[in-house]
Amino acid sequence: MTWMTRNLRTFAAPIVGHGIRLFARFTTAVRADWKGIEPVVKQRVYYSNHTSNADMPMIWSVLPGAIRRQTRPVAAADYWLKTPLRAFAGRDVFRAVLIDRRRDVERDDPMALILAALDEGSSLIIFPEGNRNMTEDPLLPFRSGLYNIAKARPDVDLVPTWIANLNTVMPKGEIIPLPLICTVTFGQPVHLKDDEPMGDFLTRAADALVAQRPEVRK
Amino acid sequence: MTTTTEILLLMLGASGILIMLTIFGDLVRARRPAGAPNPVLETYTTRVQSWWAMVILMTLALLTGMFGVSMLFGFVSFAALREFLTLTAKSKADHRSLVLAFFVVLPLQYLFVGMGWIGLFTVFIPVYAFLLLPIVSALRGDTSRFLVRVAETQWGLMVSVFCLSHVPALMVLELPGDGARRVLVIAFLVIVVQLGDLLDFFFGRRIGKRKIAAGISPKTWEGMAAGVLSATAIGGFLYWLTPFGVLGAMGMAAVASTTGMFGSIVLAAIKKDRGVRDWSHLIPGQGGFVDQLDSVIFAAPVFFHLARLIWT
Repeated sequence: MTWMTRNLRTFAAPIVGHGIRLFARFTTAVRADWKGIEPVVKQRVYYSNHTSNADMPMIWSVLPGAIRRQTRPVAAADYWLKTPLRAFAGRDVFRAVLIDRRRDVERDDPMALILAALDEGSSLIIFPEGNRNMTEDPLLPFRSGLYNIAKARPDVDLVPTWIANLNTVMPKGEIIPLPLICTVTFGQPVHLKDDEPMGDFLTRAADALVAQRPEVRK
Repeated sequence: MTTTTEILLLMLGASGILIMLTIFGDLVRARRPAGAPNPVLETYTTRVQSWWAMVILMTLALLTGMFGVSMLFGFVSFAALREFLTLTAKSKADHRSLVLAFFVVLPLQYLFVGMGWIGLFTVFIPVYAFLLLPIVSALRGDTSRFLVRVAETQWGLMVSVFCLSHVPALMVLELPGDGARRVLVIAFLVIVVQLGDLLDFFFGRRIGKRKIAAGISPKTWEGMAAGVLSATAIGGFLYWLTPFGVLGAMGMAAVASTTGMFGSIVLAAIKKDRGVRDWSHLIPGQGGFVDQLDSVIFAAPVFFHLARLIWT
């Protein structure tokens, strides 16, 4: 029985993945703007602003096939393991690196899981704000995770990845998404400088991310 | 000759012109030194390419009649509304009214057109949507820039849904002659307006001197005059698609082409204000659906009501 479920999941995962990408394209006509890097297979950490639960599937949807298959999102275990359906999407479709956010229990060290995924050769998608940004500010203060990755694996490109419009497509509490056009903009990679303090680095990384925001006068 | 044969003849004629335009572009390209990109030539080439796609889609839609044309323009309206509302002012409080605009107002408008309810589809958006959507937005309580938000949403609906739906609506008009041939009037409108645009672009580059609206659009008085005159002549050649007669067809072509060109300037002004070059990226090299159809958007309602006034 387990054998059968496993095969069924392996079979269904790419089909569901295609479905998610088609849906993202049909509703939001999502487009990748490769401003600072080329869309080539290279180990990268895409770090992005986080306003909606659809952020991660959206970045994942615009990545070309070869890059997508090499890229794993870093996501919260409590969210992605909540229901069997989400667990299937999180584990089998997106192959997420699932992080246990609980602080009061014994758990696997999140950093160890992230570094293990990098050492396997995977690229990662991470949201350094840690939580969804519900404020009017463009970004919440970054948590230390991005700094720790930059320090532990200094050669990996950290790519600022701005998702525009998604918070209008699906604000918190709404059920029906608005079909507005979304863009995902990839900027020039940042790296940790020698002896750069954590605060400076995180500010620099956040500025590099906000700089990718497309300008539309309102 | 049956209507189907006439549609296929038109398709053949259009393909002939497009083959010539494609070859012409390739010849010009071949005479230029390699590695020196020419923006005018590139724009021309991508325009011709998107024309091929338009000709094929239009032919398929016309062959299936009212249903096909309504479906095609329904989807085009959806894409156009998406481009428009991506750039307009809105807040979280507008979420429900925007959902209604996309998923209720748009399909209903095309349903009313498909059913032929002229009395309803000509007032549904300007009256009912105009009054209903601000109510839905107001009930959510956010008053910041309220008038701007509801006005821009209404403009999006008028331009992308109301105006464009007047293209399939032409089949509803009780024009004189065989009812099955009414689909050809749609082909007439789209061909004269779009060919007028193409020739305006062509002549504007050659003989254009005085800008019509400097700072908004590259259109010139000379280019526009040549474009409208060409559209008028083409309308005369294609009079057999319509019940208007030769002179009537020429007049209708002139009015449609002129309205369309000024409409394209209006939509360019909106783009300029929002600081974007194109409405979207969805038609490769060409911009968005609104970029491609800007003149048809403005021409369609005027063409519809003139035809209704004079010939029914």
